[in-house]
Amino acid sequence: MSSVLYDVPGPKARRASLIASIIGGLLIAGLLGLALLTLGKQGIFESQRWAVFSIPDVWGLIGNGIVATLSAAAVAAVLAFPLGLLLCLFRISTVAWIRVPTRIVLEFLRGMPVVLMMFFVLLVFATGSFVAVVAGLVLYNAAIFAEIIRAGVQSLPKGQREAGLAIGLTGFQSRLSIELPQAIRRMLPSLVAQLVVLLKDTSLGYIVSYEELLRKVQIMADFLGPQFLFPVFFVAAAIYIAINFSVSRLAIWIERRGSKKAAGGVATAAAVEIPTGAK
Amino acid sequence: MDVIIESLPQYWDGFLRTLFLAVVSGIIALVVGTLLAAARVSPVKALRGFSMAYVEIVRNTPLTIAFFFAAVVLPRLGVTFEQFEVAAIIALSAYTSAFIAEAVRSGVNSVPVGQAEAARSIGMNFAQVLNYIILPQALRTVIPPMINILIALVKNSSVAGAFFVLELFGYGKQLANAHGDSVLWVLVGVAIFYLLITVPLGYVASQVERKVAIAR
Repeated sequence: MSSVLYDVPGPKARRASLIASIIGGLLIAGLLGLALLTLGKQGIFESQRWAVFSIPDVWGLIGNGIVATLSAAAVAAVLAFPLGLLLCLFRISTVAWIRVPTRIVLEFLRGMPVVLMMFFVLLVFATGSFVAVVAGLVLYNAAIFAEIIRAGVQSLPKGQREAGLAIGLTGFQSRLSIELPQAIRRMLPSLVAQLVVLLKDTSLGYIVSYEELLRKVQIMADFLGPQFLFPVFFVAAAIYIAINFSVSRLAIWIERRGSKKAAGGVATAAAVEIPTGAK
Repeated sequence: MDVIIESLPQYWDGFLRTLFLAVVSGIIALVVGTLLAAARVSPVKALRGFSMAYVEIVRNTPLTIAFFFAAVVLPRLGVTFEQFEVAAIIALSAYTSAFIAEAVRSGVNSVPVGQAEAARSIGMNFAQVLNYIILPQALRTVIPPMINILIALVKNSSVAGAFFVLELFGYGKQLANAHGDSVLWVLVGVAIFYLLITVPLGYVASQVERKVAIAR
């Protein structure tokens, strides 16, 4: 981005910026070095600590953890989307006794921590931890999906619905076949971005003892000995970040692709602020 | 239901501690996040790079990982905290500041280009443009998303309860263990106290949003 906030730097400013960059770089390098030194003092870099990764079983456990994490996320996403769609339909219904209770339910679901919902399902319904994790994720994310899609419907030009009604569709048909498809397409980037949140939230399963990646790290550290905690944790964190980063990139790619298409098409992909939680 | 009334002192204590965690981490995150956003739009390349790397990494890291690091890994590396609250505040504010930074940056981008051009044409430098012209307008437009981030922060503080901090969720776990027969009501009580914070904040966010929408 060529910024309008400052001039295109001339020789003097470039020199100042270079000096600032070097000092800043040295400062960051120094802090990193200090951190590494502290870690080194704890013996983190002894090769035997990292030798755990030559044991196939360790990778087996990490693999199991990844599968558990991804399967909880996948099941939750597949269930949350249709539920969110349904809640959205109820929320924008023209019938007050459907709309108002739905609104209360949505406020309730959005206002509670996800981990509390998981805990609730786990204890009150005495389910397994997988069901608790998935149920918590589904309830919370369905509410968020509903709000995202609602923002999409409300961002549509009024004429879309009016045209639908004018050719004799009922309000419900217009929603289903004219408004929702456009709204979903328009909000696709936000919906994918919410998937990152969902994926990140599977790690809350750790708290309700679901054996996802982080819980596996704990189990391995308990089993192998505490000196292996850091290496295993480090690798697990890197895996989490890599997965989430890829999904974030996907969201950005969809957004770019969408706005390119919109330039030649009719609808402008207005950037609608959606009131999702920032998790 | 009696259990809710019986445990009101614990709920109240947990409620205050949750508020404390959220307010302290919220203030730190607001300051750090705004600085990160300023670094992101600054002329110095190293600052831009650092801010971008920080925001991208933190936003893609689950909060549970951050807590696990602060509460379980750090002590094994020789960094111990007298109180777990300190670890919780570090984890929460480090996590939240990345989201604040993104919100402020989007606010900076939403300020019309002419504003910056006008400021520069009367001879202001980068710091002046940012401080007097851009940030005041940017912060105003990002108040609603900011409130939403703070709501998320309140909810996220529940993760601290799983890592030895006795806030609302922590008390909830304790009470659920003590009252095995009325777990349902214990947790409903916890939920009510969370909603006491999050629902009014959400209402404020949507009101402010409406006001800003009219102004622009």
